[in-house]
Amino acid sequence: MSATSAAEIVFDRVTKMYPGRSEAAVEELSLTIPAGDICVLVGPSGAGKTTAMKMVNRLIEFDAGDITIDGRSVKDFDATELRRGIGYVIQQVGLFPHLTIAGNIATVPRLLGWPKARIRDRVAQLLELVGLDPEYGDRYPVQLSGGQRQRVGLARALAADPPLMLMDEPFGALDPITRDRLQVELLRLHAEVRKTIIFVTHDIDEAIKLGDRIAILRQGGVLAQYDTPDRILAHPADDFVARFVGADRGLKRLALRRLDEIELEALDGAVPDGLTAVGSTTLRDALSLMMSEGADALVVVDEAGNPIGVLSVARVGQVLSEL
Amino acid sequence: MSLVLGSGPVIPDFGEGSSCETQNDFFCPGWVQDHWGDTLQPALLQHLKLTGIAVAIGFAIAFAAALLAYRYRRLDPPIGFVSDFLYTIPSLALFQLLVPITGLTVTTVEVALVSYTLLILYRNILEGLRGVPPSVREAARGMGLTAVQTLLRIELPLAAPAIVAGLRLATVSTISIATVAALVIPQGLGYPLYIGITQDVFKTEIVAAGALTILVALVADALLVVVQRAITPWRKA
Repeated sequence: MSATSAAEIVFDRVTKMYPGRSEAAVEELSLTIPAGDICVLVGPSGAGKTTAMKMVNRLIEFDAGDITIDGRSVKDFDATELRRGIGYVIQQVGLFPHLTIAGNIATVPRLLGWPKARIRDRVAQLLELVGLDPEYGDRYPVQLSGGQRQRVGLARALAADPPLMLMDEPFGALDPITRDRLQVELLRLHAEVRKTIIFVTHDIDEAIKLGDRIAILRQGGVLAQYDTPDRILAHPADDFVARFVGADRGLKRLALRRLDEIELEALDGAVPDGLTAVGSTTLRDALSLMMSEGADALVVVDEAGNPIGVLSVARVGQVLSEL
Repeated sequence: MSLVLGSGPVIPDFGEGSSCETQNDFFCPGWVQDHWGDTLQPALLQHLKLTGIAVAIGFAIAFAAALLAYRYRRLDPPIGFVSDFLYTIPSLALFQLLVPITGLTVTTVEVALVSYTLLILYRNILEGLRGVPPSVREAARGMGLTAVQTLLRIELPLAAPAIVAGLRLATVSTISIATVAALVIPQGLGYPLYIGITQDVFKTEIVAAGALTILVALVADALLVVVQRAITPWRKA
């Protein structure tokens, strides 16, 4: 698929007050989201993360400051034009029940007046991209499972190839297994199409898993910390962030590292216990495996099963302190 | 003072006809055959016309009112009150009120019939629109549909089942109420009923006109069910 440009998004001291409330929903929020990154807005309820996201496509208008997309203020766009150029995915999916899956996916291309043949090709391409059989195009939303519906929601948001996607807790209503699968697929998809994505969640684990950068918001829409997952886990800005990311942040950091990304100990002929793990395993899973098997070390192998190094429990501790 | 002797009980004169007709049996197919062209068929067509016009005008008014009340929520209570109020006026009383203004005309009948459709149609259209899930509305807005596009492409199609359900109720009840029009004008299936009851108590005419009225209502309802299924393939899917 043709990966068009992604957009850089800048929040510049954006403030939103709701009438009748003394506290701001979002207060002087400043963020720069590099083009092509996934930025996760995370925080407890009342932290203004959804409000912050909806101000980008002006479903909510801000009171002060500015939001720019590739340098152009969102206020300079006509609101409907702006929205047609931004992919939008919500938790309840909001598929149109009276339209087929193909009709749903074709919504924005139709608004943009694409020719029929181009729309048809695009729908087929998107169904494949989100892992749905082409025959689903003729079905209605009621015939799909929750996970399949959100795949369609994703395809619909990608339809006109927007440089920016807004995703509001898209996997929040799914069971843990489906949720995990869709998170993995979103990362695969993002690697393929490289859009800028603003992703809202209240789940810090989801944020760590998906985000290139995480913005942690606190009550009143104040930015507590904005950084990569690894740096947030390693150096929480304050007690609020430390509590929010959890006492197990060391283990969470291990989940960010794959065995083939770290320096392993050399194979010295002696293969301990025959316990092995492939290079794509995370340090956290490898540690868990060693703990549950009562082993001190395991052999890391490549896809073909050839040993490439050894990882010991002691080395895991070392790696963590080096990070 | 003169006693009319030997006159006996008053028996209506059913004139010349089959023994069935002269004896005023419950139902005489022969009479229906003989009088289809001069009595029943015209009455049937008039009845369809009275009903059709009433439902069409009622729908146009209720539709506009429902759109207003959907867009401006505070308009719902006053509009709802007026349609409720109209619905509660007995039809005979309404005719009495209207005749001095509009006379013994089709207009009188239509005004009355239209006012009875309003409540059902208004409520159903409004509920249909309000039944659109908020997530669907939000998705539409978030994807850049304008308010008019959202109404035409999303909200009205989704409200269609409720709207057609309202049309079914309004149509069937109007077909039934329209028989009362015969009190004002000599039209519709109510007229043979009226004649049959008030003038000669002729059973066949009453039965035939009554049965036709019921048949028309059933057929109209069935047709609307077909329409409903045709425009909502996504529901049973």
